[in-house]
Amino acid sequence: MRKQILFWVSLFATISMAGSAWAADRGRDGELKLLYWQAPSTMMPYLSGGTKELEASSIVIEPLARYDNDGKMWPWLAEEIPTVENGGVSNDFTSITWKIKKNIKWSDGSDLTSEDVVFTYEYCTHPDTGCTQSNYYNDIVSVEALDSHTIRINFTVAKPFPYSAFVGYNAPILQKAQFENCVGAKAQECTEENFHPIGTGPFKVVDFKPNDVVVLEANSNYREEGKPAFSGVLFKGGGDAASAARAVLETGEMHYAWNLQVEPEILNKMAEGDSKGTIIAGFGTAVERLMVNFTNPDAALGEDRAEYLGGNNNRNAHPFLSDYAVRRALSLAIDRQILVDAGYGFAGKISCNVLPAPAIYASTANDECKTQNVDEANRLLDEAGWARGSDGVREKDGVRISILYQTSTNSVRQGTQAFIKEMWKAIGVETELRNIDASVFFGGDIGSPDTYQKFYADIEMYTNTFSGTDPEAYMNSWTCKEVARRSNNWGGNNMPRYCNPDYDALATQMSKTANLDERIRLAKSMNDMLMQDYAMIPLIHRGGVSAYSNDLMGPVGNEWDSELWNIADWHIHK
Amino acid sequence: MTKPSASLSKQSLLDSDGTRLELEHRSMWTDVWRQFRKHKGALAGVFVFVFISVAVFVGPIIHGVDPNAIDFTARNLGPVWSHPLGTDNIGHDTLAQMLAGGQVSLAVGLSAAFIALLLGTLIGVLAGFFKALDGPLMRFTDLFLALPILPLLLVTILLFRDSLRATFGPETGIFLLIVSIIGVTSWMHTARVVRGDVLSIKEREFVTAAHSIGTRRHRIVFRHILPNVLSPIMVSATLGIANAIITESALSFLGLGFPPDFPTWGRLLYDGTNFIQITPSRVIWPGLFIALTVLSVNYIGDGLRDALDPRLRGR
Repeated sequence: MRKQILFWVSLFATISMAGSAWAADRGRDGELKLLYWQAPSTMMPYLSGGTKELEASSIVIEPLARYDNDGKMWPWLAEEIPTVENGGVSNDFTSITWKIKKNIKWSDGSDLTSEDVVFTYEYCTHPDTGCTQSNYYNDIVSVEALDSHTIRINFTVAKPFPYSAFVGYNAPILQKAQFENCVGAKAQECTEENFHPIGTGPFKVVDFKPNDVVVLEANSNYREEGKPAFSGVLFKGGGDAASAARAVLETGEMHYAWNLQVEPEILNKMAEGDSKGTIIAGFGTAVERLMVNFTNPDAALGEDRAEYLGGNNNRNAHPFLSDYAVRRALSLAIDRQILVDAGYGFAGKISCNVLPAPAIYASTANDECKTQNVDEANRLLDEAGWARGSDGVREKDGVRISILYQTSTNSVRQGTQAFIKEMWKAIGVETELRNIDASVFFGGDIGSPDTYQKFYADIEMYTNTFSGTDPEAYMNSWTCKEVARRSNNWGGNNMPRYCNPDYDALATQMSKTANLDERIRLAKSMNDMLMQDYAMIPLIHRGGVSAYSNDLMGPVGNEWDSELWNIADWHIHK
Repeated sequence: MTKPSASLSKQSLLDSDGTRLELEHRSMWTDVWRQFRKHKGALAGVFVFVFISVAVFVGPIIHGVDPNAIDFTARNLGPVWSHPLGTDNIGHDTLAQMLAGGQVSLAVGLSAAFIALLLGTLIGVLAGFFKALDGPLMRFTDLFLALPILPLLLVTILLFRDSLRATFGPETGIFLLIVSIIGVTSWMHTARVVRGDVLSIKEREFVTAAHSIGTRRHRIVFRHILPNVLSPIMVSATLGIANAIITESALSFLGLGFPPDFPTWGRLLYDGTNFIQITPSRVIWPGLFIALTVLSVNYIGDGLRDALDPRLRGR
């Protein structure tokens, strides 16, 4: 009898020990601590253009397909990537049929169906929603549910690259049941829903404090057994890039820190010796650029401040930036190599294009900007009639070239600002610098005058990027209909308020072109048009720099999609 | 003229019969100075404060480097001959920035404290002297005490930045804004202390006597009451300077306030923190000077309080 008990006890002990050693229990690794020094202001990616919101929401809501760190597309909620070969894409490229995986459940236990996908399309394309990702849903006639797990997207034109809708972290699927009453003008008011979206991802939101912290727990309905390895995520925002790097590399209190825009000497110092973490840097499509305001941001204009009023862009034109010579001179006066050396080091290279990657799309037509040419800049301004006044600042007809130059608060950006101010001084341009806290600047709060969408300044600087490898949706950002303005709650992506019929024509043509070589040519000429018109002044092709602690396995970075794209696979090294 | 100070404090008078009398005249201010000299800390404070003020206002004439000039070839330097305090990561001369920043920080401190002093004294005297005003003014003071200064500053900067910028230019506009907000939100303690003192002094015999001979009320306030409450006013003024410098530093630390290329001690400290391992001097100097200024001003205030209080004086 005693022997028998002993046997059972030892058997039980063996099993339970084996159980705890078995590495596939969901939630076995405790809490994962992510540090995003730009805190997310909402969990709804369709109402914010900020990368931080996209990143945060990407661990909760998911698209049909995702890009990996090499830019390769993988089916995510879909069973496979539809192609012409497997019959998913029609031969004339006018429709694409996605099959959704069966048995995928939302975190509330209900099933994901094609209704949700159709609803997502309707949500984002509703004119009053102010959807910031609407350019991912261009040229779509209809999205129809063929059955409970099949949807077909019909395009107005032949779409040789039909993978922008529902692909990547810009265009994830929302739950219809939750957002049904949040379409159109009510989208902004659905705070509860926007802060706690129900998703299919490995984690679900427990608590959301805007611009501060997101607490998430493992989604018990997640489709893969034993994943995620973490029982929860603490998505902490706030602080600055340097302290974020320090929290991972030096003190080791956080597992992962994103977007370490820190002076290279500081980062190198932290990473050397017995550092507690590792730095990942990858080059994608991110370009730090100066956005040029084509509209007049004068506060005296009241409501029409920085508002594009149409009329061939002349009715509210910027007093001096609407002059081509001024824009060109501003670009020529900048020595980009200095900016790279001082602020970016290994994580930056000079760029003369807003579309620097993938390599096939990179244009070489704008390489003039690689070398600083102050004499030429001065000559241009002289020729255009901008004469230096007594204080050395150029003016014409009582208009002084005095620039208000804003960006987010970050010491690298303030360093860049200081350099550019000095460089512009050499061509007789006066610059006033302004820095705004990143969570406000990128926050998209329509009540704040300091957002990058409102653009109440002459020049603003930030980085933008796009997911995936096809630039069509990204290049559509600077068409007339994307102009950020009052009527779309500043939800457009065209911050410079650049509106050029020729550019729109190229965009339309691109949407109809199937041939890859032709698409490359079009993408390049769109890029060249923006660059040669100086709607944007590109500065630095930035690598994404993140850091993860040495005991964390899984992060590989990703410049084509969310850096947290594979968070379900992250785990602690044992 | 061997002893100029002695000859100044003595007056020669002719008596009615023509004999010269040597009287030693002791004014209030000579007494105050005597008492003040006994306070070693206060003397040291005066010395340090004067030294810092002279340094930041005269220094740029000697060290004639533009604080915003960028020398890209000289980044992250330690102290060298051409840059005595080194340079920062974009090639600014740290000494030039320290001097320029000191001018702003001191100017902010002095002017904000002056505004707070005027407001606090005015409200304190009115509340203490006129009974009818006491209740409303003190509740008004409570109201201001309850206001959190930093959020208020943020909102005000957001609201008034553009109009002030248009009128006065970016730097002067923000200077006026910061100075007036710090001033307007830090007068309350002065007002409370002054009110309390005025309440007790206005019941004294000499005030009653002044009333009885028909002295006008404003004369009583200026002639009899104000000199007697000078001590708390002076003390809170010195504390106010320190407070204003620290508030401005806090604002710069938050990346608010002045434009990013406009050095103040607070901003230099903020920008330098990330570089503490590479160029520690960028943190040490601004930190040291903020601390020294605040400390010296506090010691001066301490000494002044002892010296201005007639009950303590002469002990």
